[in-house]
Amino acid sequence: MTLRSDRGGNGPRPVRQRLSGWGRNPVVETDVYRPETGRDLREAILACARAVPRGLGRSYGDASLNAGGGTLLSTRLDRMLAFDAESGVVDCEAGVSIGDLLDCFLPRGLMPAVLPGTRRVTVGGAVACDIHGKNHHMDGTFARHVLGLEVLLASGERVWCDRADNVELFRATVGGMGLTGMITRIRLRLQPVTSAYVAVDHDRVGHLDEALSLFDESDREYRFSVAWLDAVARGRSLGRSVLMRGNPLPQEALAGRAATAPLEAAEPRILKVPCDLPSGLLNRPTIRLFNESYYRLRRGRSRDVVTPLNSFFFPLDRIGRWNRLYGRRGLVQYQFVVPYEGGRDALVRVLEEVVAAGRGSFLAVLKRFGEFPPEGLLSFPTPGYTLALDFPKGPGLEDLLARLDRVVVGHGGRVYLAKDDRLGPDRFRVMYPEVRRWREAKRAVDPRNRFSSELSRRLGLEA
Amino acid sequence: MNRTGGTGGKAVPAAAGGVGAVLVLGATSGIGRHIAHELAKRGYRLVLAGRTRQEVEGVSADIGIRYGTAVQTEVFDALAVDLHESLVRRVSEAEGGMEGVVLTFGLLGDQAIAVRDFAHAREIIDVNYTGAVSVLTHAANLLEARGRGFILAVTSVAGDRGRQSNYVYGSAKGALSLFLQGLRNRLHPRGVRVLTVKPGVVDTRMTYGRSGSRLMARQEHVAKRIVRALERGRDVAYVPGFWRPIMFVIRTIPERLFKRLRL
Repeated sequence: MTLRSDRGGNGPRPVRQRLSGWGRNPVVETDVYRPETGRDLREAILACARAVPRGLGRSYGDASLNAGGGTLLSTRLDRMLAFDAESGVVDCEAGVSIGDLLDCFLPRGLMPAVLPGTRRVTVGGAVACDIHGKNHHMDGTFARHVLGLEVLLASGERVWCDRADNVELFRATVGGMGLTGMITRIRLRLQPVTSAYVAVDHDRVGHLDEALSLFDESDREYRFSVAWLDAVARGRSLGRSVLMRGNPLPQEALAGRAATAPLEAAEPRILKVPCDLPSGLLNRPTIRLFNESYYRLRRGRSRDVVTPLNSFFFPLDRIGRWNRLYGRRGLVQYQFVVPYEGGRDALVRVLEEVVAAGRGSFLAVLKRFGEFPPEGLLSFPTPGYTLALDFPKGPGLEDLLARLDRVVVGHGGRVYLAKDDRLGPDRFRVMYPEVRRWREAKRAVDPRNRFSSELSRRLGLEA
Repeated sequence: MNRTGGTGGKAVPAAAGGVGAVLVLGATSGIGRHIAHELAKRGYRLVLAGRTRQEVEGVSADIGIRYGTAVQTEVFDALAVDLHESLVRRVSEAEGGMEGVVLTFGLLGDQAIAVRDFAHAREIIDVNYTGAVSVLTHAANLLEARGRGFILAVTSVAGDRGRQSNYVYGSAKGALSLFLQGLRNRLHPRGVRVLTVKPGVVDTRMTYGRSGSRLMARQEHVAKRIVRALERGRDVAYVPGFWRPIMFVIRTIPERLFKRLRL
């Protein structure tokens, strides 16, 4: 007997909102559902003809956008479900953020093996994009440490999948951009850690080739490795960079105040960008100025700089809403990977194209990907070099990116979907040959494309 | 009572008042859940109760993992009044007894429907008032006999004055505020505290999708303020605090003027 009538609408109610990705453009109108229980979620899915899951909205492009359809926010489905202290395995809902995991488990000497560049990413999003961090060459992608998933399908059915059960669903959901269903449970193996600090070596190099040879020579000595690259420098300084590479600092090596609270991650003060800056403020001259100062401010070489976790992994989190610096027009991040073989040439060509087009990029990040088999059919990382470039949106950018696509495809590489909002379906199919298998898995669980987004329609990621 | 290890590295401070458990009724609601988190952070033992067992167990597991505290679960439905006494008794007879009861359940309902359909109006009244009176009757008697503890109930600013836009819900919450006032008067000499919490508009599952209020408060902030008010021994707390002067003004508007307003 139901004691409660359903009059008075206790069911899911969407709010029509205008949403964008982190790039601030495009903006679409969508009906946003914010389920707080499993039942809410199921009802919301069944109420939508088309829906897309969305976490904290940190993907740059249109992966979590669905014009004229439904958006399913995971942010209130944020509970820890189970935890085994002995094995360090935690089960949690998709809306738990990386920051949440750190707050909860770092004091217990555990943390996720793979950390993205910001704390404000949901675990669901981390799996759906199969994200990577500064340690791919050692630890692979986020999903490598995921032991299993529960997915709520378009039919309303909940299915558990892992590397032994419903394997195709698992491999289609990892890196699957939320298109197989909504993840409701993630089993993640955390890694032990004895302090919230990293010992970092800095190296400033004058050219891309020096950066690449340093990477190739000594990356195996570092658990974490990344290079900030000056994408405006040209000629003999092409690809000059600052390498930041480090290892976790064991508790015994800490001194001073850090030693008394080794697992306490200092929360830096956050400066918020209060409003949209005028578009065009970040243009070539200003970006050039920034890059020049950033490059020069660094000393040539530092060793074992004790760096708190939050500063090393999440430097941009200190500036809240930094995407507002790009104004309403917003930004695009173009991130790609090219195989080691011929990779150096590809990077040089890309940088030359960027410089020639006169388009500044003040955030350019270079990393190496290690030899790991992909966890998902559409997972981005393959062994090689990966470069991420931020561009303010504006006229001529589309042409530049099309030229970069040609370079990337020509060298057997691919573009990262979590950052993308303009790749075409033909190029995409060449970059991701596993898409046919992915579409079969999609057909098996969502033949009517109820889970669908601007990205899926653009790239033909449909049943 | 201090705890170490498995609770986030910091020793959880001794729960004020002793080892009894706090029964949270409506622990699956947004405010209830966050109050439970705040109490857990302070080291209280918890019994969480809600309508759907699976959801309550989810909230309990979450709290247990985050704070390392012991959490028990119960099923509770405001309308199932026959089951209220046994629930309260079970908690108070368990080891350590019952330190306090927190009521965070409610039904906002739909005023437009309630006005036309008495069955819905009755439901609003029964969940918000009758069900609360039922469970409070048993809780008050047990706490009175114990001679210590607290009752914390969430009503609403809507209960401060009947307004055309939501007086069915408002009257039920208003009635509960009045009931709690009487209870406070009765229980004060017996050493049992009664805290009435009147939130303004809070961003919850109930209010999501309703015509927006720029004054919406976040659940987490509301819960923090509520538990702080409890610790400070307050009687009536408006949360956030700016609602107190607002409601003061609203309450004092003369009726012959108020009846013309469309608030």
